[in-house]
Amino acid sequence: MVQYSKPRSFYDTFERKGEGQISTHYCPGCGHGNAHKLIAEAIDTLGIQDRVVFLSPVGCSVFAYYYFDTGNIQCAHGRAPSVGTGVRKTLDDAIVISYQGDGDLAGIGMASIVHAANRGENITVFFVNNAIYGMTGGQMAPTTLIDQKTQTTPLGRNLQRDGNPIGMCELMDSLETPVYIERVTFSSPAKIMKARKVVRKALQNQIDKKGFSFVEILSPCPVNWKMSPTDARRWVSESLEPIFPVKNFRDLDDVRGESAKLPLMEGNRLLDYLKPEKHISPEAPNETVVDQQVKIAGFGGQGVMSAGVLLSNCVIQKGLNTTWLPSYGPEMRGGTAYASVKVSTQPIGSPVVDFPNVLIAMNGPSLEAFEEKVPAGGLIMVNTSLISRKVQRKDVRTYYLPATELAKDVGLIATANIIVLSIYFLISEVVDLDTFRKVIPLSLKKKQLAEMNLQAVDKAEVYFSEHPLEQS
Amino acid sequence: MNKQLMKGNDAVVYGALLGGATHFFGYPITPASEIAHAAALHFTRTGRTFLQAENEENAINMIYGAASAGARVMSASSGPGISLMSEGISYMAGSELPCVLVDIQRAGPGLGNIWPEQSDYIMVAKGGAHGNYHNIVLAPNSAQEMCDLTYRAFELAERYRMPTFILADAYIGQMMEPVELPSEPKTTPRHDWAVYGDSESRGNLITSIMMNTDLLSEHNWKLLDKAHQVEKNELEFEELETHDAEVLLIAFGISSRISHTAVEILRSQGIKAGLLRPITLFPFPYQRIKELSEQVDFIAAVELNEGQMAEDIERAVAGKTQVLRYNWLGGIIPSTEEIVERITTDMGSK
Repeated sequence: MVQYSKPRSFYDTFERKGEGQISTHYCPGCGHGNAHKLIAEAIDTLGIQDRVVFLSPVGCSVFAYYYFDTGNIQCAHGRAPSVGTGVRKTLDDAIVISYQGDGDLAGIGMASIVHAANRGENITVFFVNNAIYGMTGGQMAPTTLIDQKTQTTPLGRNLQRDGNPIGMCELMDSLETPVYIERVTFSSPAKIMKARKVVRKALQNQIDKKGFSFVEILSPCPVNWKMSPTDARRWVSESLEPIFPVKNFRDLDDVRGESAKLPLMEGNRLLDYLKPEKHISPEAPNETVVDQQVKIAGFGGQGVMSAGVLLSNCVIQKGLNTTWLPSYGPEMRGGTAYASVKVSTQPIGSPVVDFPNVLIAMNGPSLEAFEEKVPAGGLIMVNTSLISRKVQRKDVRTYYLPATELAKDVGLIATANIIVLSIYFLISEVVDLDTFRKVIPLSLKKKQLAEMNLQAVDKAEVYFSEHPLEQS
Repeated sequence: MNKQLMKGNDAVVYGALLGGATHFFGYPITPASEIAHAAALHFTRTGRTFLQAENEENAINMIYGAASAGARVMSASSGPGISLMSEGISYMAGSELPCVLVDIQRAGPGLGNIWPEQSDYIMVAKGGAHGNYHNIVLAPNSAQEMCDLTYRAFELAERYRMPTFILADAYIGQMMEPVELPSEPKTTPRHDWAVYGDSESRGNLITSIMMNTDLLSEHNWKLLDKAHQVEKNELEFEELETHDAEVLLIAFGISSRISHTAVEILRSQGIKAGLLRPITLFPFPYQRIKELSEQVDFIAAVELNEGQMAEDIERAVAGKTQVLRYNWLGGIIPSTEEIVERITTDMGSK
């Protein structure tokens, strides 16, 4: 028979409920008292009281923390499995118990339970299904039966309007990850006795780090069903059990375990891990450098973003200030992509380049878009491999180069950005090519391509010596 | 220490790791996704937890769980995701749980677009969900501050047991700048209030439900008192050329960077302009703005929203001077020249 002595993992008096309180807030004949007791007994038997973190839901059992003398966290409606995930990922040895009702788990919290189960979190979920909302006052639950009358289905649950009652064990069983799924019933003292073993097993699984365990309890709610406790137990047996079959759905022996973590890096090891790879000591800034407002524009794949990053990385080595701002999002996937880079001896305010004094146009649309924005005296560099027209402005400096073809000569078309950047450095003298050559291998993600990129710098240097900037 | 060039979004993750963060739960969204990417790599590689949640509502509840268990925990999102997290943020505030949340603002409402706005100001700086509560709100305007403020945010959040926000925008997140990392890595101390699943913390309870009206009233007054403490102790702002300013620009985030350049240009034209940049949005520099309002001809509140911060400025100024709203919406960023022109025009009409 069910024990009526108080388990150790219950408080002696329920002070959180009120001073000296010894009775729970549950109604006569309600199944929550039984469920609480089975769990508390299992906690005692398994000797895990100190390790338990009990998650109270929203619903009638919102105050479960009145009773369980364990660590307690009260959760937002339906989100206990997510909260449990957070606890699980923080405390390796805690026993996380999520105790939820049907509105909480199968209604508002459906995404939370499904994904926690699918991740196979090593937690134990007790799902008390009484086919109705209790705390809120007898409204329809996701598990309310067809034709069952509730406050919000006064004429009975209607299939066409409200759908079918959801079988949560069946739904859990459609996922591969959970290790243990069982439905039990509180329709009689004998059935409650049977449930005791299931409760214990679901917790033992967690102690053994097996993975996600789910126990559904068909439980009477005499008050909201408007029945006597005896009739309510009979209704569980006669009405709920046929719709929600009482059985074990899954009991796997294998240990799914938890995702292994790498050793925690702290202190100097963490600093070492995060420290910059690029290790050239910055020089004292050349104060004569004129502020550069560079726009490098082309289509995706021409390396305009990385050219900007390379430029910024180079000027940092020269002790200068810099900002790099990308175009991003859908623009990146087709059309014009551009990087805006500012370089200055002074701290930089706005990173936005509206009027570039250097425009590097890698394709036609980029020249169309930005030619008019360049202030008088600015520099426009044109990739003649892809742009056939000349710059129409007469008040700017221009430099034409077949960047894409030169890159093809090097043997890697993706080095067009290196070629154009090299020549920009030769024209502007913001960065010397030796610095550029040092930065390239440090900035490249694909280290094996460094050699070709360095060849591109050589190629550009030769090209520029043969085709110097025409002085206007 | 060498500086490294990095995106503001990446700098957040570096600052977080050095600030002692051990857990990141999130859901990707442009223009904040790089934070999740960097966290996925670096939290995992350094033996910490990164988990991609199924949605933002559950991400914030994972954060709630980890924070309850004493972890230094964070997430990053943009406006639509922060809206979804709001419920959980209210629960965290009510339960007095610390966490760090990064909002890389995009343009709204609804799906809006992915370009910068600063239209989450009211949502974040004033709470954002149901009930009486405040978040601590830090507003970086550089990659360096994305790192530094995130680094410091965890201790602030724990000191006051309050959700703490990094309120940035798409440009501050996407922009790359040289960053020098903090040199002292932090760790989380044990808290006497957290639930650790051990005998010492067994009596602890994390909850925001208090059915007794006196109890909840007392609790709410306590939350307000904490907010007052934050206002007293944690206010930060920066001033540029305000000493003799006749025109005062007030801006945060990307707007403050553009305004900074605008002030330099105005000064070079002989116009006595100055800039006040709130670094904390809660607390807000009401007192300093009030002082400056007695000195200046007018204030320009430069924001990428319809004037959300301007309302706070007007409250500080209390009619002492005119507050002009310089607003841009929909992801449009003003040029420096545009701001300079408006200031010049508005000075002429005075």
